[in-house]
Amino acid sequence: MTTRRHFTFAASAMAFAITCATHASAQEIGPPEKEELTLGFIKLTDMAPLAIAYEKGYFEDEGLYVTLEPQANWKVLLDGVVDGRLDGSHMLAGQPLASAIGYGVSAEIVTTFTMSINGMGVTVANEVWEGMKEHVPVGSDGMPVHPISASALKPVVEEMTAGGKPFTMGMVFPVSTHNYILRYWLAAGGIHPGYYDPANGETLGQIDADVLLNVVPPPQMPATMEAGTIYGYCVGEPWNQQAVFKGIGLPVITSDRIYAHHADKVFGVTKEFAEQNPNTTARLTRALIRAAMWLDAESNANRLEGSEIISQSNYVGADLDVIKNSMTGIYEYEKGDVRDAPDFNMFFRDRASYPYYSDGVWYLTQMRRWGQIAEDKPDAWYDEMAKQAYRADIYQIAAQSLIADGLATAADFPDFATETGYHPPSSAFIDGVEYDGRKPNDYIDSLTLGLKAGETP
Amino acid sequence: MSTPITLSERTGGMSSLGGKVRHLLHTLLQEVAVPLLGIGVFLLVWGMTANRIDTSLGKFPGPGVVWEQAQNLVVEYREELVKEEEFHVRQAERNAERLAADPTYDAKVRAYTGKVTFPSQIYTSLVTVLSGFAVALVLALPLGIAIGLSKTLNSAFNPIIQIFKPVSPLAWLPLVTLVVSAVYTSDDPALSKSYINSLLTVALCSIWPIVINTAVGVASIPQDWVNVSRVLRLSPLTHVRKIVLPAAVPMIFTGMRLSLGVAWMVLIAAEMLAQNPGLGKFVWDEFQNGSTNSMGRIMVAILTIGLIGYLLDRTMLQLQRALSWDKASASR
Repeated sequence: MTTRRHFTFAASAMAFAITCATHASAQEIGPPEKEELTLGFIKLTDMAPLAIAYEKGYFEDEGLYVTLEPQANWKVLLDGVVDGRLDGSHMLAGQPLASAIGYGVSAEIVTTFTMSINGMGVTVANEVWEGMKEHVPVGSDGMPVHPISASALKPVVEEMTAGGKPFTMGMVFPVSTHNYILRYWLAAGGIHPGYYDPANGETLGQIDADVLLNVVPPPQMPATMEAGTIYGYCVGEPWNQQAVFKGIGLPVITSDRIYAHHADKVFGVTKEFAEQNPNTTARLTRALIRAAMWLDAESNANRLEGSEIISQSNYVGADLDVIKNSMTGIYEYEKGDVRDAPDFNMFFRDRASYPYYSDGVWYLTQMRRWGQIAEDKPDAWYDEMAKQAYRADIYQIAAQSLIADGLATAADFPDFATETGYHPPSSAFIDGVEYDGRKPNDYIDSLTLGLKAGETP
Repeated sequence: MSTPITLSERTGGMSSLGGKVRHLLHTLLQEVAVPLLGIGVFLLVWGMTANRIDTSLGKFPGPGVVWEQAQNLVVEYREELVKEEEFHVRQAERNAERLAADPTYDAKVRAYTGKVTFPSQIYTSLVTVLSGFAVALVLALPLGIAIGLSKTLNSAFNPIIQIFKPVSPLAWLPLVTLVVSAVYTSDDPALSKSYINSLLTVALCSIWPIVINTAVGVASIPQDWVNVSRVLRLSPLTHVRKIVLPAAVPMIFTGMRLSLGVAWMVLIAAEMLAQNPGLGKFVWDEFQNGSTNSMGRIMVAILTIGLIGYLLDRTMLQLQRALSWDKASASR
């Protein structure tokens, strides 16, 4: 297994080197090998680039006839991509990475495009908020001071657990960005989210847990919380705003306050598909880049129109009032507590759509932290896995051809000649711990809760 | 019902006219006014109760809201037709461009890639239920006849049938899905996997009532008729064609009507569960959307499902009337 991986990595590194050499200037992308495509998505606002690329004709401009198909949950979606029912899909940033390290899926999945940055919220039920409220500092305006730490949730969890009721929360998939972001927030507030131990069959991630995390499909989050099965959840929009709208709960923090500028969704295809259909893959990436540009153009000027499009029943389908909140840069916490959130969803600005390796490495460090990766790996391994899953080379081909066609300018993209794919070290986390993607092992050891070097679950 | 006429006819001309009028009025009352009254009361009760049920998506939809959403669905369908036309125009232009640049290009006309409309969901469900039912019929009829004719076969099959009959086909669904994915592999499949899954699920649940009813019908042919067949020395095939089938038709149809009713119910559930295209998926998608219109649209789907189920049953009944020698059997 490992030898094959090393070989494929070497091959892709070589291919990367060759593309870098030959594509110093853009070359024309040939006609698509496959013209009729079915792409999957989950009903979340961050699927917007797919809907926009379809509705604005960007897919058709590439000669692609795309059918967009909503999927019931992330597992069904992943199976669809693996067995070929779907040619590509809206995916969680962690899904291509999990496939690279062989966690939970057999086929290799790659991403060429980061579909959204930030964009999740942590919502709790009304009665939980009642308990949290007294532990949250109040500002001079009489409103709770944000960001709210999970330490305010801790007494509620302890009280419920002491009363014999386990405190349960929902997240969307074991390798979902939501799982890791929620875990990060809980751990930063001193609440243990539980370890995984796949070698011994523990794939629920509930060893030593103070809070039991369960998998719930995104659109069912509000209904599941309403039914009392979970007391809170971490999910993308509109499912946090809908809790406010339905009056059943409220978001207490958005994910950009837990980890600023984190990759959330990506566009994924199987490695096999990308290899057999290089032109199609590059053209899909072109169309999606154009859609992301449209969504972020002129400081969110198109967002209202974008919200109208995705509120159609065949896309996200929730009410426009619910969708437009986060999409147009405002966010409602408690009913009436509306705050500005211009960066809640980022699609293009600040290089949002470029698949950074450091984004991938961060998720891998969290997989190690909570035991999904059961043993220590060298720093080079993290780099290798991220590069296997995140195909910045294909993004570069698409971006350069857009520049050559006059549809984008070089300033819109990273400087491809010098870009390493690693963000500079950042401490924009809720607990202020610095993350340097080049030193994943040091980073893992610097986090408070979680597995450290040499530890197993 | 015909008693008043015969009575009045016996008593003479004048009162006969009055009797006819009275009979007509009676019929009108019985067959038009009373059902209308029933529907009216139902709508009233529905409207009043709906208003009192508050959900997190607003009030439960009453008849007015549902009617509004039904009209919305028609409007959306019309809009989609326009978009479809535009899609084909754009496609033709693009194909022409490609052909001009590359004469070897295989310019296909692709089906519209846009939104799946409500009428097309109805169509998908109907095609699926009918084809699944046809598959079941082809398998179940010969089996039922064979079991009905032979006591030995009956004893052999009976335990198996009795065990599989009560199994909800939804329990089979995961296995069907896995087997279809494994067995039905082709690069350019003519039929989609989801269609085959739904079809097999429907077939699995339709088989049993047909087998059992056919077998019972065949087994209960009057001995006299079997004797006639013996006297005439009919070949086994002719015996089945001329004696067994006509005699068993009423029971066979009873089985078919039962099957079709169950099949329709199961299909909707299977579509919801497996996310296969059709009315069930429409209901599920709307549930997931959770917009203020969602409940009204789901009610539209529910009424549509009911209406189609009713029409399917009526059609089977008419078929039975047309094909059966014993016309009275159809009223059972």
